Amino acid sequence: MRYLPLTPDDRSEMLAKIGAASIDDLFIDVPEAARLTGPIRDLPDHASELSVERHFKSLSAQNTVAGDVPFFLGAGAYRHHVPASVDHLIQRGEFLTAYTPYQPEIAQGTLQMLFEFQSQVARLFGCDVANASMYDGSTACWEAVSMAARVTKKRKAILSSGLHPHYVSVTRTMAKFTRDQIVHRDPTLAAATDIDDLIDAVDDETSCVVVQYPDILGRIGDLSKLAKAVHAKGALLVAVVTEPVALGAITSPGEMGADIVVGEGQSIGVGLQFGGPYVGLFACQAKFVRQMPGRLCGETVDATGKRGFVLTLSTREQHIRREKATSNICTNSGLCALAFSIHMTLLGERGLRELAALNHALACQAADRLAQLPGVELINDSFFNEFTLRLPKEARPVVQALAERDVLGGVSLGRLYADNADLQNGLIVAVTETTTAEDIEALASALKEALA
Amino acid sequence: MARYFTKDHEWLDVDGDTATVGITSYAQEQLGDIVFVETPEAGKSVSQGDDAAVVESVKAASDVYAPASGTVSEGNAALADDPALVNTDPEGEGWFFKMTLSDAGQVSAMMDEAAYKDYVAGL
Amino acid sequence: MSGINASGWKPEMARIEGDAPTTSTGNRALMLEEPLIFEIGSSNTTGVDFADAPTHTSRLGGLERTAEMGIPGLSEAETVRHYTRLSRQNYAIDLGLFPLGSCTMKHNPRLNEKIARMPGFADIHPLQPQDTVQGALGVIDQLAHWLITLTGMTSVAMSPKAGAHGELCGILCIKAALDARGEDRPVVLVPESAHGTNPATAAFAGYKVENIPATPEGRVDLAALKARLGPDIAAVMITNPNTCGLFEPEMKAISDAVHAVGGFVYCDGANFNAIVGRVRPGDLGVDAMHINLHKTFSTPHGGGGPGSGPVVLSEALAPFAPLPFVHRDGGAWRLVEEENVGEDLPHSFGRMTAFHGQMGMFTRALAYIMSHGTDGLKQVAEDAVLNANYVLRSLEDVLDAPFGGSGPCMHEALFSDKGFAEGFTTLDLAKGLIDEGYHPMTMYFPLVVHGAMLIEPTETESKAALDQFIAAMRHVAGQAKAGDEALKGAPYYAPRRRLDETLAARKPILAWAEPAVASGSGNYEKPGGG
Repeated sequence: MRYLPLTPDDRSEMLAKIGAASIDDLFIDVPEAARLTGPIRDLPDHASELSVERHFKSLSAQNTVAGDVPFFLGAGAYRHHVPASVDHLIQRGEFLTAYTPYQPEIAQGTLQMLFEFQSQVARLFGCDVANASMYDGSTACWEAVSMAARVTKKRKAILSSGLHPHYVSVTRTMAKFTRDQIVHRDPTLAAATDIDDLIDAVDDETSCVVVQYPDILGRIGDLSKLAKAVHAKGALLVAVVTEPVALGAITSPGEMGADIVVGEGQSIGVGLQFGGPYVGLFACQAKFVRQMPGRLCGETVDATGKRGFVLTLSTREQHIRREKATSNICTNSGLCALAFSIHMTLLGERGLRELAALNHALACQAADRLAQLPGVELINDSFFNEFTLRLPKEARPVVQALAERDVLGGVSLGRLYADNADLQNGLIVAVTETTTAEDIEALASALKEALA
Repeated sequence: MARYFTKDHEWLDVDGDTATVGITSYAQEQLGDIVFVETPEAGKSVSQGDDAAVVESVKAASDVYAPASGTVSEGNAALADDPALVNTDPEGEGWFFKMTLSDAGQVSAMMDEAAYKDYVAGL
Repeated sequence: MSGINASGWKPEMARIEGDAPTTSTGNRALMLEEPLIFEIGSSNTTGVDFADAPTHTSRLGGLERTAEMGIPGLSEAETVRHYTRLSRQNYAIDLGLFPLGSCTMKHNPRLNEKIARMPGFADIHPLQPQDTVQGALGVIDQLAHWLITLTGMTSVAMSPKAGAHGELCGILCIKAALDARGEDRPVVLVPESAHGTNPATAAFAGYKVENIPATPEGRVDLAALKARLGPDIAAVMITNPNTCGLFEPEMKAISDAVHAVGGFVYCDGANFNAIVGRVRPGDLGVDAMHINLHKTFSTPHGGGGPGSGPVVLSEALAPFAPLPFVHRDGGAWRLVEEENVGEDLPHSFGRMTAFHGQMGMFTRALAYIMSHGTDGLKQVAEDAVLNANYVLRSLEDVLDAPFGGSGPCMHEALFSDKGFAEGFTTLDLAKGLIDEGYHPMTMYFPLVVHGAMLIEPTETESKAALDQFIAAMRHVAGQAKAGDEALKGAPYYAPRRRLDETLAARKPILAWAEPAVASGSGNYEKPGGG
């Protein structure tokens, strides 16, 4: 077996050293009844690289690859071009096959990268500090709700109707067990966000208001007034960013007064990968840092006075605080954070702004083109690279019909809100720098046919 | 004013029904370099044995229990900027909080300095 | 002929003694200092070229970004160099033995990297119509099948993102099952030797955590456990093999006792590598167990993730598993989500993450299982256990092995700091090991052993590699026992000497800020080359 270096001679020699007659002697603590002696049911013996690769090639071929067809899906995961150097660098064994940096003297590469990542995320979100990553945007969102409850000592979270329904679902699931109160309703197909409703809803019992920016329908609302209203009630404003590229074009939530900003970092450096692994971004203002979940990397000096980095404020974490930890998270998304950080370094602020401008421009073109189709209405006044159309009929079968024409035409609201009749004609369309004018034309004509 | 000690390595300076509370020199030595102290807010009422404060070194976090019942009147704000005071002057500038005792009788069960010294020597 | 040896070295030259001089750059040949991107990049530099944006009227809701963010950019050439230099300051499995106990740092096969990057897995969207992702759903279902088979359980929840997330999934299944029975049981029992995630998870779910006592042999004290069991116990969380590296021989009796009082058994599967293919937790009465795909099934640790933590479930807990999951209907795979869960799993406790779990880890883990096959997986467990016992027996004459006398260990060998010279600690030994070219073992865990050193060599180390490691361990153990002061200063040869963690925690600097004075202030020496 190619991955196992011991030879039969090695094994005999080692057993002799141990003083065991056979390998079974090392498993004597396993009760007889629990020992498996025969083969693993239906699992053949070891296989060559070639045959394993063939198996996966055939499975891979059963999927429609986003890059092979006109592609317009977003709703929490976005297809961007990732520069070739990103994947090259994250595959360096020193990054790929390292562990969590528990021995800082021989993990400065990972630690410095994390310090840079934290600094990039904090600046992107307009916050003072960011952690070294969470699992993904949805779990980061729940952690923010949980943190707001710790900070405010209140347990009622108001979720915007524009928050991604899967994020709502995750939050509801967790809150069911922690007995936090969750207030939420589905969005309506209107141009305006629900910010005014949120301002009305926040009260003295509220721990936080959670608002997505841009929201699930692609709309962009000014958070400044909301932040003031939330703070006036002693609550925190949590902003969720599922498309961080947007912040190259629009003001960040932190700059508008959000206390905690979380997000999904997949857009930058990490591919679609059918939903994971992704990278949760988590940032907040400095005064809340001791209530943050997850790992933090900090700057210090070594014994000779040279700058170095370590994991710090660890007493918040499960391995020290155990049942009093701020979160049970241990492993996070280190390598995805690296991919994010490398891509962000390649972009720099200038590149991010250019990328964002290109996304927005192409999205504007697509929105205008699609809104010309008979019966199709653009819901949004404001959007970044994603907008919602109201179709003259139920969108879900239309998406199916588009797929049969080899066009992946967007995410139907029926897929996300199956039991809400008012939303069934909604279609979320995302456009990025990978979208060509031909793609937009292909979608327009396929949609026209599907609606005919 | 009299100084009392607990088996949890806290000291109290008691003056009438008010007390100043901190951790002993022995306790800070066991904890090592203190990096953070969370003191209770004024007005918090505590029962003897409740968690009242948290003291953290790099690799450990310990709860500091209320040595007696009463109401916190002041947390030591200086510890927020300079937690090292707990190491450099544990039984002076490194005090944790002041409180008003609701049951002064609880103090009588505590150790005096000599008894605490013997207690530590026996650990 | 003269002039052939251009290096200037001649055999008759004396051996050169003395300390190496300091260099003007702070670099030491291949050991290169690297500044932060904030010190070498600029907001106006970019390493990516874009087409010009077509003209359009902005529809950004009046929130156009005006202020500068201060995110530096580098050209591609500089970027590649920056991260390549950083990478060289890391230790990694690719460089050498990485004996971190309970972390299972084994070789990461590169075939698995190649497979995860096949476009049919890497470039598909989680919300694509299900007909267009049949192969991806197939991967999830096939991996699920093998995880169920290998553990002897009823079903598996695939979406948890890492081990701790999986623990949470398991405990939430237990809580949901108890809720369904109308029972409010407040206590979860956890051994003192448990991973910190166990009590943190139980506490998150609202349980009061109580410790389970251990025997002097490092096992769960069955009699004491039985004495504590009652109608207030929701679950018992046990790691098996346990964190002392020992199999819990009474596991089935523990499970039976817990079940008899109506509680559930959670098994922390972090150490499944020791028994894969040889023992099925389902046969031991386990109700839920997470599997760290990044441990047993060798998906790369990546410097701290991503992981993946599918949870196998017993018949009693299967109805409460989280969404989404994959079902096979006739010839096609389909996803079960909120909208159609009613037909399949009406008691599901809900959703734990936005999408379907760590697809990129599933492909790698499935490739690992297929590559090893029946014979290979059994060999994995056997070699992992053999290597650990070889280390245990090769070191127990120089290091105290607190449970060495109670029989063989499983996949990791545990030592204590007993016998070290006054003032010398496990940390000192670990830092000495760094200079010898090794990543240290897990230190100070489990908490039940003083100055614990937990060594997990894994099955992908050769005998020669183990012998070299053992020799290095014997050397540093000798230093610690002899009180060799040199050990106190170690490491000497790493990219950094010991770091001041107290300073980092007292005055946290968690993000880059422009220095207040433009040139060279601050409490550190500025790295060279910038």
